[in-house]
Amino acid sequence: MSKARTSTQRATLRRVLTYTADSRLHIVLSLIFAVVSVALTLYLPVLTGDAVDLIICAGRVDFDALMVIFLRMAIVIFLTALAQWIMSICNNRITFRTVRSIREDAFRHLQRLPLKYIDGHPAGDVVSRIIADVDTFADGLLLGFTQLFTGVMTILITLFFMLRISVGTTIVVVFVTPLSLFVAAFIAKRTYSMFRLQSTIRGEQTALINEMVSGQKVVQAFGQEKNVLGRFDEINDRLEGASLRATFFSSLTNPCTRFVNALVYAGVAIFGALSAVTGYMSVGQLTCFLTYANQYTKPFNEISGVVTELQNAIACAARIFELIDEPAESPDPEDALELTHADGYVQMEDVSFRYQAEQPLIENFNLSVAPGRRIAIVGPTGCGKTTLINLLMRFYDVDGGSISVSGQDVRQITRRSLRRSYGMVLQDTWIRTGTIKENIALSRPDASMEEVIAAAKAAHAHSFIRRMPQGYDTLLQEDGSGLSEGQKQLLCIARAMLNLPPMLILDEATSSIDTRTELKIQNAFATMMQGRTSFIVAHRLSTIENADQILVMREGRIVEKGTHAELLNEAGFYAELYNSQFAH
Amino acid sequence: MHERLVNLPVRHKRMKKVLSYLRDYRKESILGPLFKLLEACFELIVPFVIAAIVDKGIPGGDAGYILRMGAVLVLLGLIGLASSVTAQYFAAKAAVGLATKLRHAVFAHIQRLGFADLDRIGTSTLITRMTSDINQVQSGVNLALRLFLRSPFIVFGAMIMAFTIDVCCALVFAVAIPVLAVIVFGIMLITMPLYKRTQAQLDGVLLLTRENLSGTRVLRAFGREDDEIAEFDRQHAGLTRLQSLSGKISSLMNPLTYIAINFALIVLLNTGAVRVNAGALTQGQIVALVNYIGQILVELIKLANLIITVSKAAACANRVSAVLSVRPGMASPRDAETPEAADLGSVEFDHVSLRYAEGASDALTDIHFSARRGQMIGVIGGTGSGKSSLVNLIPRFYDATQGCVRVDGLDVRRYRLEELRGRIGVVPQKALLFKGSIRENLLWGNPNADDDTILEAVRAAQAEDVLAAKGGLDGMLEQNGRNLSGGQRQRLTIARALVRRPEILILDDSASALDFATDARLRMAIRKLPYHPTVFIVSQRSNSVRYADSIVVLDDGQVAGIGSHDELLRTCGVYREIYESQFRKEVQ
Repeated sequence: MSKARTSTQRATLRRVLTYTADSRLHIVLSLIFAVVSVALTLYLPVLTGDAVDLIICAGRVDFDALMVIFLRMAIVIFLTALAQWIMSICNNRITFRTVRSIREDAFRHLQRLPLKYIDGHPAGDVVSRIIADVDTFADGLLLGFTQLFTGVMTILITLFFMLRISVGTTIVVVFVTPLSLFVAAFIAKRTYSMFRLQSTIRGEQTALINEMVSGQKVVQAFGQEKNVLGRFDEINDRLEGASLRATFFSSLTNPCTRFVNALVYAGVAIFGALSAVTGYMSVGQLTCFLTYANQYTKPFNEISGVVTELQNAIACAARIFELIDEPAESPDPEDALELTHADGYVQMEDVSFRYQAEQPLIENFNLSVAPGRRIAIVGPTGCGKTTLINLLMRFYDVDGGSISVSGQDVRQITRRSLRRSYGMVLQDTWIRTGTIKENIALSRPDASMEEVIAAAKAAHAHSFIRRMPQGYDTLLQEDGSGLSEGQKQLLCIARAMLNLPPMLILDEATSSIDTRTELKIQNAFATMMQGRTSFIVAHRLSTIENADQILVMREGRIVEKGTHAELLNEAGFYAELYNSQFAH
Repeated sequence: MHERLVNLPVRHKRMKKVLSYLRDYRKESILGPLFKLLEACFELIVPFVIAAIVDKGIPGGDAGYILRMGAVLVLLGLIGLASSVTAQYFAAKAAVGLATKLRHAVFAHIQRLGFADLDRIGTSTLITRMTSDINQVQSGVNLALRLFLRSPFIVFGAMIMAFTIDVCCALVFAVAIPVLAVIVFGIMLITMPLYKRTQAQLDGVLLLTRENLSGTRVLRAFGREDDEIAEFDRQHAGLTRLQSLSGKISSLMNPLTYIAINFALIVLLNTGAVRVNAGALTQGQIVALVNYIGQILVELIKLANLIITVSKAAACANRVSAVLSVRPGMASPRDAETPEAADLGSVEFDHVSLRYAEGASDALTDIHFSARRGQMIGVIGGTGSGKSSLVNLIPRFYDATQGCVRVDGLDVRRYRLEELRGRIGVVPQKALLFKGSIRENLLWGNPNADDDTILEAVRAAQAEDVLAAKGGLDGMLEQNGRNLSGGQRQRLTIARALVRRPEILILDDSASALDFATDARLRMAIRKLPYHPTVFIVSQRSNSVRYADSIVVLDDGQVAGIGSHDELLRTCGVYREIYESQFRKEVQ
């Protein structure tokens, strides 16, 4: 178990390293200047020690020699500062670069993740991986990289200087110090799982916050504030426990290693003083040694601090890589076709599909749609009408059979060109932060202002947009607050109007628009649908009656198929649906 | 793309608000630093012990004395360890406790914010503030409690110790410390506002990520993946630029302090040399002074790093605090009343006007009508005509700008909010359900409802098949009810409102995703509810309001007509137009 964990940790670490590959030059620079700055920093106590030895007692101070040493010290100090500065600039760059490329990768991957993953994972959790986890990871990395390396260098160079002064005292230092490493490793091992637990609970909490804060209005409408707060507090309390354990136990590293530090210091003082008595060492050298004793254990402290920090960072990195490693949509085949001029011929052959393995939804479904035809999909709510859209747009792949457009299996067509061949207006409106113009032009970013206005006019959105404070430049918020559902739908329709491909998918698109406006839109739609293959998840009788073919769905299955007249004659489920609308 | 505008009040002394949550951890926040001080005291004694060894032990060749002093050093370390561990525990406890309390407070505060406040602030920034900002505060406080007292104490302690050794040499300390302070605080002052901007930019990146999750279908349908990636890269490049700018400035900290402290060391050695030469100081004392100046450097670097962390945390604390200082636009009155029991279920609009924001145009103008218990009121009108605004006033989601709304004969502003909203079942336009079982979701309507009541509501809402499809009341819903279709969600949200057996039921265009047959059955079932709620049906379909007792026709925020279907057909042009447009369509 522990072995498996270390190996995954190692794998994660290797991944991090591949991300730093393009900063190689900076890494090299950083390493060089780290060595320079550490060496110079450590040389300073030698000079100080020399100076102390020149200050012996009243009347026995060699000022001329002192001045030479002071000059040397000044140069060393200046160079050290310069090296430190360059090193930290390099380190910053490495960290920010790495974070950026990891985030960019994660975001790129997001674009290729199957809808199945996105539909099945709380948005808050994914966001927390890409934002918060990467941040924690970045802090850990910056701290880790800087301190780990300088730490190791300090240890080695100090060792070198100490050996030059006194082998015996050095041995004392070398034998006591590893204690500090043991202590640190011991603590780190025990805190990794605590950090991981803290991270998990945080994710859970972020998901709840996301859901509830986004749905705050409903929470308040039902007076559920206390209930929701209760659920929040339950997680919050668990987080407190986990957080306290992780924070406290990881913070033990510092005092413990500092104690080891004190032991080393005492050891040096005793042995150094004893050698001074026997004349093996001068007082200045003892001073220098004492400074080293401090500096020698300090990197151990830091390294162990870094180890816990890195543990946390790696735990976060693991969560990000988990996201990045999530299998993406199968890539478009090499020889995939660009569907540039779809003629609108759509065929479904023996299609079967299910979201969950144990729940068959669509079985052996056949449909052949000639160009320019209008297909109405009707049925009671929740009968799986949107599933059909998921398949047509290839948001999900069929489990069996095939769908083809213009005679080509959709799996042989690039997803993008397939999707671009459909104009889509979904039931759930989606508005993003940005101006109204940007929202409309989402379907064709290069559209001119005139084209955007024309599309808005065609969607009958122009008049309400004009009345907004800044017209087309009015800034909309993420959830489109400030707009009614109907207005949002008009915007979505305008979006589709701006870019009219050969095939259309309209999902209950006009449900929140008042009937007067809707009538106008219906007319616009009629023009839009002219010569285009259209799939309409419809509730409006007029749409249904004018359809070339009606698919009647029930519980995920197509139960009837035919024209309005044919279906009425059949006196089946459709007829029942149709007649019930006159009841009230 | 634009950054979200965050309209939060800017006020000073916000930190206080956040830190006030430390009150419950007073003991920990005092004991933590105190134990740290104790540790620091022992550390300050160390150079004295060393000076004693150099001046007495070495010249006298007294090995016993040296060993005794060595034992003192070990003892000092041991006591230091004990006090430090104690301090870490208290600091961790206080910091984690503070973060927990703060998260609770912010979340609870969000629960109290009015709809208008939420519209204004926006959810994504609330979420960052609740998560990563509070995490930063936690680590900032943790570090601050451990080091904020300790580091300055060692710095000044070392200076005082230096004065006890030699006034002349100590003056070097007295000059070095202010110089260092200027460097440290100067850099801090420059980086603080930069950090704030960085955080805002991070908000933008977060928002974009969220949007890409919520809008995946639309973005992919339009093949916008590459543009989104480009936008993300652009925003992130901006973030990186800001980060490296503040990084560049803060990386001056270490080199500058290093130069300052070590030049002080040179001056100290020089001064010391003169003093020793004059016989005023011993060599051991010089060693002690060098030791002290070394301690100053170490602690100042710690302090500098601490200040960076703390300034980040302070920026975060301010952002958190800004949320806490949003005064909820709506609160229950202190002397809330309950209405006389006689008139249950009545709703009156008394010359009501509504304006969402100062300077905006009226969303509703002079609405005046009333509904009696058990009536079904239809509300119809064009998109943006104010239908939702009108019904949103009944549960007091927003406050009328003029006039007043009365429920059961009492002004809604006189109620306790819970009391008022408890009487009303709302089915909002956006059908939103939450992660959990269907039962848990429906119990939102009434936590005390038994399964029979719930099932009765489910039947009335025509949602039995949803239950069947999802495995009954214990069927699990995903976040936002994602594993349901729009129509299924709508019917469950209707059931949720009915579980409450409300006096007043508001259906805000909530049957839009339902087919005609289901819609008709739903209306029938609502008519037959045994507790006869007053029903407001907001709809675009004249079919849905046609059989209402009274229909309110809205046009551009004003009442265009009130009456029954037949009356309105005769008297109200707007209504006739709506009806005919639909009627014609259906007959076509």
